[in-house]
Amino acid sequence: MNRLTRFLPLLVLLAFVGAVAWRLSSPADEKIQSKMIGRTVPTFALAPAVPGKPGLSSKELASGAPRMVNVFASWCVPCIAEAPLLAELKAKGVAIDAIAVRDRPADVARFLVERGDPFVRIGADPESRAQLALGSSGVPETFIIDGKGIIRYQHMGPVEPGDVPALIEQWEAAR
Amino acid sequence: MIAEAGLAALWLAAALAALQLALACGLGGEQGKSIRAVRAVAVAQGLITLFAFAALVELFLRSDMSVLLVAENSHSRKPWLYKFAGTWGNHEGSMLLWVTVLALAGAIVALFERRLDHKTLGASLGAQASLALGFFAFLLIASNPFERLDPAPLDGRGLNPLLQDPGLAFHPPTLYLGYVGLSVAFSLAVGGLIRGNVGPAIARAMRPWVLAAWVLLTLGITAGSYWAYYELGWGGWWFWDPVENASLMPWLAATAQLHSVNVLAGRGGLRAWTMMLALVAFSMSMIGTFLVRSGILTSVHSFAVDPLRGTFILALLAIYIGAALALFGFRIAHVKEGAPFEIVSREGGLVANNLLLSVILGIVFVGTLYPLVAEALSGEKLSVGPPYFNSVASPLALALAALMLIAPQLKWRRDAKPILPRLAPGLLVAIAVLIGTFLLAPGIGILPRLGLMIGAALLPASLLPLVGRSLRRTPLPIWGMALAHFGVAVAILGMASDSAFTQEKLTAARPGDRVEIGPWLVEFRQVLPLAGPNWTALEAELRASRGSGVAVLRPQSRYFADPPTTTNEAAIETSWNGQLYAVLGEPSDQGRWQLRLWWKPFVTLIWLGGFLIAFGGTLALLGRVFRRQSHGFYRAEASR
Repeated sequence: MNRLTRFLPLLVLLAFVGAVAWRLSSPADEKIQSKMIGRTVPTFALAPAVPGKPGLSSKELASGAPRMVNVFASWCVPCIAEAPLLAELKAKGVAIDAIAVRDRPADVARFLVERGDPFVRIGADPESRAQLALGSSGVPETFIIDGKGIIRYQHMGPVEPGDVPALIEQWEAAR
Repeated sequence: MIAEAGLAALWLAAALAALQLALACGLGGEQGKSIRAVRAVAVAQGLITLFAFAALVELFLRSDMSVLLVAENSHSRKPWLYKFAGTWGNHEGSMLLWVTVLALAGAIVALFERRLDHKTLGASLGAQASLALGFFAFLLIASNPFERLDPAPLDGRGLNPLLQDPGLAFHPPTLYLGYVGLSVAFSLAVGGLIRGNVGPAIARAMRPWVLAAWVLLTLGITAGSYWAYYELGWGGWWFWDPVENASLMPWLAATAQLHSVNVLAGRGGLRAWTMMLALVAFSMSMIGTFLVRSGILTSVHSFAVDPLRGTFILALLAIYIGAALALFGFRIAHVKEGAPFEIVSREGGLVANNLLLSVILGIVFVGTLYPLVAEALSGEKLSVGPPYFNSVASPLALALAALMLIAPQLKWRRDAKPILPRLAPGLLVAIAVLIGTFLLAPGIGILPRLGLMIGAALLPASLLPLVGRSLRRTPLPIWGMALAHFGVAVAILGMASDSAFTQEKLTAARPGDRVEIGPWLVEFRQVLPLAGPNWTALEAELRASRGSGVAVLRPQSRYFADPPTTTNEAAIETSWNGQLYAVLGEPSDQGRWQLRLWWKPFVTLIWLGGFLIAFGGTLALLGRVFRRQSHGFYRAEASR
């Protein structure tokens, strides 16, 4: 047996200990970011989610100016919690579109009446296809897309008051 | 008082382990002469550790809530059995159980190992003491099980209800006995390497320990698999979960070692390889315990993560495994290999067995740790799931089973006789199964089909080594081998049948609805509330009928208040040709209930096979232990 073979198991052990020590020193971050960040928005064209408001297609997300896309649903309780903050973002000049996931037009309409409507366009995504294509795994999620249609930022879960400055900063950066 | 006595015993046992190590290193005079002292100290250390463990058991049985560990993990209203099992159903208690078994194993070696030369035995007992010392330090510094809680709470905080199950109460100790049994083989290998004595004598001393540990691991894995099958309510029997893999890896290494140790004991060959496997098997046990206890890999078996504890165990295993592997690297170059052999021979077959098992072990090891490594190197998060393990490990496992058709029939050293006649019975069965499955079930996948063929072929082939022998004079280990290989065949048939023929139905059923699945017609009768000792439940009543047979299944959805948890108790109807498996889900709208049904033909063979394998191992173990009294026929066996 040559020297390398004899000490190979020891090397495997060292690699194992190294990897594990790294994990112990930097505990796992449970959030899994979308792989789509830094890439162009996948092609989709969604029908209007409520009558009287335009639907959303990927072309409109590459219009030369940045857009925010909120993935939500009328049946989602955290979406209710974040509604006032989306209104606040709109008041600060952020253009927000939305994707309504697995929802019914009547329910979406009622949600907009009761919780406010900060959205320019709302696309209906009855089978979560556009949501999954964006790399979103739940509702609500909020994406920032720059003027060239490239996904710049993903916020998972409801927008909370403390998240607003970071979202504004990302919005400015995407200009 | 009991807690203080237990803690004192733990300190005393740690001191004895240090003394045992010092004596073994020769501080007590000439090494060979101090063996009596080493033996006495090892026995004392084992007994005192056992006392500490008994003290903790007593605290749990009394529900002494002034002890932190009891308050956090037990409850006075819990059934007696689960109070008892609660002793090891938590981190500190399970580590105390671990070190108790370690110390007792050392004591048994000290008492009963009389054939090994004193210097090697002394070095081995020293290695065992150093292992124990590290784990004592871990308990005393980072995981004291006897810590008091002041003021004492009125009652405890319960036990994870998923773990309130008689099977699971004895699952961890069985695995632990197996893990720690491998520590003796590890210590003997270290002792042998230190003394430059890695011949047949070491292998003979190792063999009963490897066998016993392997039998217990086999039982533990089989029982754990059945537990996951009926308790998790997912219908599967193996999930490639990191914690399952943690028990599978030592088993794979022990299985390889079990085979190679015979070559070393009987023929003097495979020396370096057998020593390496002894080191790897226990290393895998320690790594497995570490992975489970540190929580660094995400798993359904979640335990609290404590960075200090994780770092401590990591340091321990880096020191022990690193030192042992370094010792191997420096010493093994001087080892002479035993008698040469040709490729087609019993030794050749065993080498092939070892290579296949090692590759499977490597695959499981890489798959289990790959998510961690990938994230460390590229920051990418991913998980490795059943598709990887099934597609890579299953073909190799089938190759291993195919090897089993012929290898046990080969002669030692060289075998010039034609192979085909000895393969014929198995081949004929395999061809019959191939034709049969093509006619009756043309649509099944290639792996299940191969599994059915090889499993069926192995049924007769595993018994061929008994043919032509006088059955009364056939030594027990040969019987054990045949039976264990037969068990492998049975288990493979169960696995292949499950993946080829399982039917699954998910329905939203209303009382009175009927569902047809496999040979069964299942009627959903009603859902009733129910109360147990510390839970409430909704219980469905299902009436399943086929032909003239009728069975009533009662799957439950159980709710435990303290801590609030819901579990699904699957209802299983076992018949000779399979199991009907029912799980009650959530209520859905309009008085409907989610109901999940499986028909799993011959799935029980998986666990029956597992128990046959363990029984075969037990026979072989009995043979090896009784051999210590009478010599004779093993010599004859070796020269056959």
